[in-house]
Parts: sequence; structure tokens; C-alpha cells
Amino acid sequence: MILVWLISILFVGGIIAWLSERINPSYPRVIALITVVLDLLLMLSVLGAEPNSGGWIASVNAEWVPRFGISFYLAADGLSVLLISLTGFLGIIAIGSAWDEVKERVGFFYFNLLWTLAGVLGVFTALDLFLFFFFWEVMLIPMYFIIAIWGHENKNYAAMKFFIFTQVTGMLMLVSILMLAYFHLVQNGILSFNYHDLLSVEMGDRIEMWVMLGFFVAFTTKLPSVPFHSWLPDAHSQAPTAGSVILAGILLKTGAYGLIRFAVPLFPEASLSFSPIAMALAAISILYCAKVAFAQTDIKRLIAYTSVSHMGFVTLGIYAWNEQALQGAVMTMLAHGLSAAALFMLAGGLQHRIHTREMPDMGGFWVKVPRMAVVALFFSVAALGMPGLGNFVGEFLALLGAFQANISITVISAFGLILASVYSLWVIQMIFHGEYTDKKVDDSHLTDLNGREMLYFGAMMLGLVWMGMYPQSFLNLSQPVLVELLNSTQSIVAAVVQN
Amino acid sequence: MITTLADLLPLLPLLIATATTIVAMTAIGIRRNYALTAGITIAGLLIASLVAASMMSTTNSQVTPLLIVDQYSLFFTVLTCVTAMLIAIFSFPYLANLDDSKEEYYLLLGIATIGAIVMVSSNHFVSTILGLETLSMSLYGMVAYPVHSKLADKFPLEASVKYLVLSAAASGILLFGMALIYAQTGTLEFSSIVNVTKETPGLGVGFSIVALIMVFIGIAFKLSLAPFHMWTPDVYEGSPLPATTYLATIGKSAMFVVLLRLIVTTEALSFDSIILVISLVAIVSILAGNLLALLQDSLKRILAYSSIAHMGYLLIALVASYYVQGTISVEAVTFYLFAYMVMSVGAFGVISIVSSSEKEFDDIDDYQGLFWRNPWLAAVFTGMLLSLAGIPLTVGFIGKFYLFFSGVEAGLWILLAILIIGSGVGLYYYLRIVYSMLLSPKDDEGFKSGGSQYMGSHGVLAFVLALLLILGVYPTPLVSIIETISLNIL
Repeated sequence: MILVWLISILFVGGIIAWLSERINPSYPRVIALITVVLDLLLMLSVLGAEPNSGGWIASVNAEWVPRFGISFYLAADGLSVLLISLTGFLGIIAIGSAWDEVKERVGFFYFNLLWTLAGVLGVFTALDLFLFFFFWEVMLIPMYFIIAIWGHENKNYAAMKFFIFTQVTGMLMLVSILMLAYFHLVQNGILSFNYHDLLSVEMGDRIEMWVMLGFFVAFTTKLPSVPFHSWLPDAHSQAPTAGSVILAGILLKTGAYGLIRFAVPLFPEASLSFSPIAMALAAISILYCAKVAFAQTDIKRLIAYTSVSHMGFVTLGIYAWNEQALQGAVMTMLAHGLSAAALFMLAGGLQHRIHTREMPDMGGFWVKVPRMAVVALFFSVAALGMPGLGNFVGEFLALLGAFQANISITVISAFGLILASVYSLWVIQMIFHGEYTDKKVDDSHLTDLNGREMLYFGAMMLGLVWMGMYPQSFLNLSQPVLVELLNSTQSIVAAVVQN
Repeated sequence: MITTLADLLPLLPLLIATATTIVAMTAIGIRRNYALTAGITIAGLLIASLVAASMMSTTNSQVTPLLIVDQYSLFFTVLTCVTAMLIAIFSFPYLANLDDSKEEYYLLLGIATIGAIVMVSSNHFVSTILGLETLSMSLYGMVAYPVHSKLADKFPLEASVKYLVLSAAASGILLFGMALIYAQTGTLEFSSIVNVTKETPGLGVGFSIVALIMVFIGIAFKLSLAPFHMWTPDVYEGSPLPATTYLATIGKSAMFVVLLRLIVTTEALSFDSIILVISLVAIVSILAGNLLALLQDSLKRILAYSSIAHMGYLLIALVASYYVQGTISVEAVTFYLFAYMVMSVGAFGVISIVSSSEKEFDDIDDYQGLFWRNPWLAAVFTGMLLSLAGIPLTVGFIGKFYLFFSGVEAGLWILLAILIIGSGVGLYYYLRIVYSMLLSPKDDEGFKSGGSQYMGSHGVLAFVLALLLILGVYPTPLVSIIETISLNIL
């Protein structure tokens, strides 16, 4: 039941926040903060809960649409718990980043923010594929509103592109889900959308490949990976800061989560034969988007492209499909969630202060905003994979695991780390180093980070250091889940290989 | 066969609807009173729908060879009467200021509803034509209703004549197809027409195929399927809004029920060429409807083109019914029709509320900033548009889920691909309207207030919004009803 509470608190909190605007425009943000903090506390209690025999914590299963064998089935395991906690943590950060920035229609803003978080929690916990798809789509609509209402100059285009990309590929996934369910009906005589039931469905090679591709396209669009990534730079550069935080920190992770939880375990054979292509796409994402990032002058677009590049390591790790690589993918998801969110907040903070995102107009800001410069340097260095911080652990493990699966692609991908250093340091140089000239932008509002901002940047720094210094506390949570997934797929794959 | 009074009992909803019209007419004859006439019509339709609903669990009989009263036809009788009632409620403030006699409008609405009830209960070509013409004749009147008003917005006469001429031509084709079938089989009953497909009849298979295709084309015109859709945008745009709503909801659903019964009972799909024709019409409708809607700025025209696409989506489930065991395709059609009526009534309802017979606000720009000027109307409209686009939390999503499901079971990959492409294109123009409502309000607002203050209309909006959301989140009650009634069709 606790998972139902987690989600419904956010839904209800969103509605209350919206309504409270009528009383006082400063209430919604407070209510939103209370809601998410409450939710985060509940999440911590999930962490302590005893898992059942299957390794699932706090599962709830009720009939929903019996005609189609659809049930309201939520459950969490170590992997979900990690991502749920990330969602809660970044939810608070996002509210913090919107605290002063969002001044118009605040009630509706926090409503959308909380509903997005609720949809994401649903995605991370749904074990009925219909329910999963339901939440998958539910999180899009409030995100669309966040970009379309509070976005910047080209928001209509960005919001529309974001929505159409994710919705259309979502429909491909729906067709795949239905095919799975249909095959289950043919083989077992009952209609079911239950994850555990569908794991056992067998299909012919060719069909399995097509069905798997439906999932793959939907998830890699969200991830995103080349060639479905082009919505992301637009969405990020136009979204308000809090929107970027949620988008980069959490929404992208739903794609990776979907690959780990659904795309590979449901179709182990097809995934195995598809893995060279997926890993090649990952390598292209890593290198190509790093290169493109370097060519950007808009700081938010730059960070967006680096996100695609870093998420390439996640795809690489997932399709290497061994324990180290998967652990690496999970760690990268968590660490990138923090580092990308922080970078977007810094970019958003800069834009809020000087009303531009163009890096050539900036320069020499270290003198004016030393604290911001140090924070930016920290997160840039984290993103480029400095040992001792979370991103390094993730990307290193992912590469280590991938090396066992496919040497040539891994070697090529590893060059991404060099490119990451180049663009990360280049950003710092463009914005904070060099001669300070005050001619290009109006810097009258260029103030250093205030106490509240330092508080949440500090929290995120702490998180990254923790991940980098003692990753075992995270790896322990995800390890049993990943081993279980590996075992279940390997037995099937082994059976195929023998035949 | 002697028909006793008891045999006619199952026709009670039809009789009540008829009586309502007669009472309303008499009342007008005695004394013209706009509110009274509207009240009689609304109350009569409400009673008819309640009676039909109460009969659903018990009644299943063929009344005369012409009409079948089973759970399926009763379900659509309820749906038709309720929708007609909701439209009558919307019509009240819309026509209130018309500088002409207003009362007869409700007679036309009532008679059209009688025609629609006959159609959904029809399993015989004679009753099909009777119902269809009753419906169409009244609709010509409804479309042209404000024609004598000097203040009338739009072009009701043009719309009506266009509809009349093309509709008559389509009826001609339909009748000719029926005549060919009669020549082939000697019967007009759906259940006996099966012989057209089962045996090799006297005049040859090609003859049967031509006959069935002509019938389909006649029906396709009424459903505004491409390439027989040319009339739709003009007629939608030129008609007064309540008439447009009626045309878009009841006019479509009644015709589709006939098509469904005809196709399923006669097994017409066992001809490959019929499947090919229907599939092609579906593809063309989905693509043409969605692509042409992109070019429009008038909400009525956008909804007209989107209705073309939606009818195309429905054809996919119809084609699937041939390949799929069991009732899933029939259920898909039924659920989608239900969902389509809910969201169309809602979408047109919002436009009706802010419009009146003198001035209709149907340009996208009129709605700019509606979210901040009138959050209630904007929320309803957004809900309806997202439902039309098939986004979860709305009944439209469940409907689309049904369509996908029957398409997957039937293995109609090309049609499913077209459905995905069409829906993707559709997102653009639905979101365009939503986005326009999200913008900051213009200084010269299209309409100042939140539209009509008449509570009835807002009540209707609240009702359809509740249906939209409740059935979108928990569709099980409706799903099980539809599962039961669909058994009647097979």
C-alpha cells in the first residue's frame, strides 16, 4: 500500500498546491515542498521494508480492468528504490530551483511538477505493462505544460516536439505490449499484462525482434540515444530550470529503467542478437553528441547534448548485460541525475541573472561570482568523470563490463571520456575565465549564489562524493536485482544456444 | 402474423420519443413558449433513455421484421437519447436570441432522434432507409434553421443545400446497392443477405461485390469517410453549432451501428475486395483527415477533419472483426463510438457555450489565453482535446487501446502503422489549440465573459468531463456492459 500512498500523495498535493494559489500565491511552493519531503520520508521507510520471497518490497496488486487481465500492480525492488529516492531528492531540488524563478501562475506550475513526479514514480514501480504504459504517458502531459507555459522564447516548438516524439514512440511500445499480451493469450489461454506472466512468453525470432524494437525505440527516445535524440536539446533549452532538472535528472532515467526492467528481460534472445547494434548506437551517441556539444554556443543546448553523450554509457552498459556493466549503468543513471540537474540549475541560474544563454557573451565571471564558479567547476569535473565522484564509478564500471562483451566498441566509446574533459573544461573557460568585460550582457543582476542555492548545490555535491567514495551502499541495493535479471535471461539464452 | 400490443412493448423508447415530439408540437400549436418546448423535449428524451436503460437486461426480441430490440440496440438508444438531450440543453441558450420562431427546432431535434433510434435498431434495409431519411431530413432543417434570421452567423443555407444535394446523391447510391442486393437475394433482411456471400448466386459474385460496395459507399458518405468527405468541413462550419454537434455525434454513431450490424451479420468481409476497399477507405480517411486538419484555423473545421480521421480509426476495428475470434472488435467499435460521442459533445459544447446564433467563436485565436480567462472552460476543452488525441486518464485513451488491441489480434500491421502515423499528426493540431489557450490573453479578447451563464450548459460540460475522466481511469463498468451487449451482434 505504501507505494500507492507515495503516488497519491503527489497527486493530491498537486491539486492542493494549485487550489492554494487563490489564498496566497506563496503557498503553492510551500505545499509542494511539504508534499515532496513527506514523500521522501515515506520512501526511506520503503528502504527499510522487508522484501518478500521474490525480492519485491511493498507490492500491491488489485484488479483494474478484468476484461483485459489488467491489474493495478505496483511493486518495488532495489533498483526501483534507488530511482524512487533519486526522484524524491531531485523533486525537492527542482522545487528549490523554481522557488524564486517561477512567478507566474505558480499554483498550476507546482501542480504540474508534482504530477510529473507522480507519473515517474508510477513508471518506476508499475509491474503491469498496461499500468506502466499508463504512467509513461501520464508523466508527459504535465511536462508538456511546464515547457509550454513557463518555457523560453521558442517554447511552443520545443514542447510540441517533445510531446510528439515521446507520444508516437510510446504508441509503438503500446503495440508491442499488446502483441506480448496477445501471444500470452494464445499460449496460455488467458489475457494478462502482468510482468511476471509476460516474461515467459515465447515468440518466433523475427516477431520477437519486431516486438522488442517497439520497446527499444520508445525507451531510447526517452533516454535519449542517437537517432531519436533531437527533441532533447530543444526541450532543455526552452524548459524552465525546474523542468530541465526533472527532465535531465529523472525523466531520462525512465528510458534506461525501461531497458533494464522490460526491453532486455522480456526479449533476451532478440536483445542478445540486437546488442551489437544497440552498443554501436551507444558509441555513436557518446562520440557524436560530445562533438556536437562542443559546437554549441547556447549553454543549455550544450549540457543537453552532453546528457545524450553520458546516457550513451548507460545504453552501452545495459546491452553489455553483465553484472559490472549493469551496475555501471545504474550508477551512471544516479550520478548523471545529480550532475546534469546541477549543471542545468547553474545554467538556469545564469540565465535568470543575465537573461542570455549564449556563452560567447559571457566570460570572466569568476571575479564576480566566485562561489558559482567553484560549484560549476565541481559539477563539470564530476561530469567529465573525475575519480572520487559518482560519474567516474558509473562510467568506469560500464566500460569495464562492456569490454567483456564487445572490445572494439568499448575502446571507441572510451574516447568519449576525453571529449567530455574537453567540453566540460571549455565551458568553464568560456564562462568564468578570461577577461571580465561588462559590455556584452547586462550584469547588474549578476549576483553570487545565495544561501538557499548553496544548500541544494551542497546537498548534490555531497551525494556525488558519497557515490564516488562509497558506491557500495548503492551497489548493494541494486546488486540482487541485477543478478536475478541476469540469471533469468541467461538460462533462456543458454537454452537457445544449446538448441 | 398479427402484431399485438404486447409485441410492440419493446418499442417503448421509440414510442416515447415519438410521443414527445407530438406533445411538443401540440404545445407549440396551443401557445408558443420557448422554454416549455425545450423542457418537453428534454424531459421526453430523458424518460425515453431511462426506459431504454431499464429494459436493457430483459429485452431481446425482433419486433416486426424491421426492428430488432436487443441489448445492443438499447445501449445505443440510451446513448442517442442522452446525447440528444445534452444537445437540446446546449441549444437552449444558443438559440435564445434568434429573431425568428425558435420552438420548431426542438421538433426537428426530436424527429431526428426518432430516426436515429430506428437506425440503431435496424436489421433490415427498409428500416435502415426509413431511419436514415428521417434523421437526414430533420438534419437539413436543423442545419438551415437560422436561415431567416438576419443576424445569423455563418452560412446555414449554403451548408444545408450542400448537405441536402450530396446526401441525396449518397442515398441514391445506397438505395441502388440495396436494389442490387435484392435482385440477387430476393430479401432485404440483413440475416438473409448472408446468401450473397455464402452461395454463388444467380447473377454472379461480381454482382454481389458491386452491390455491397455501393451500399458501403452510400454509408461512407454519411460517415464522411474520405474520399466521400468533401461536404463535411463546409457543412460543419456553416451549420449552427448544436446542429453540427448533432451531425457529428448521433448522425455518425447511428450510421456506424448500421454498418457494423450489416458487415458482421452478412459476413460481407469474406470477399477480399470488400476488405481491400474498406481498408483503403480507412487509410485515406486517417491520412486525409489528419493532414487536412493541420491547415485549418477554424475549430469547427478542425473537428470536422478530425472526425473524418476518427471514423477511419473505427474502420480498422471493423476490418479486424473478420479476422478475430470473439467479440473484441465489436467491443472496440462500441467503446470507441461511446468515447467519441462523449468527447465530441464536450468539445462542441465548449464552443457552443461561448457562442450564440448571432456570433460563433470558432477561430483558434478567439480562444487565446482561455486558460487564464476562464480556467473551467479551458480545462474541459483541454480534457476533450487530449481525449481526442488518445492520451491516458481520458476515455479516448481506452478507446484507442481497444482499437490497437483488436488491430493487433487481427494482425493488421499496415493499418496499425497508419493509425500511429495519423495519431501522431493529430497530436499537432490538438496541441495547437491547447497551446493557444495557454498563451497570455490578447487585449482584444475574442469573447469577453465565460460565455453563457446558463447553468444547464455548464452542468452538461461537468457531466461529460466526469464521464471522460472516470471512465478514463476506471473503465471497468462500461467495459463489462459493452462485453455483454456485444454478444448480441454476433
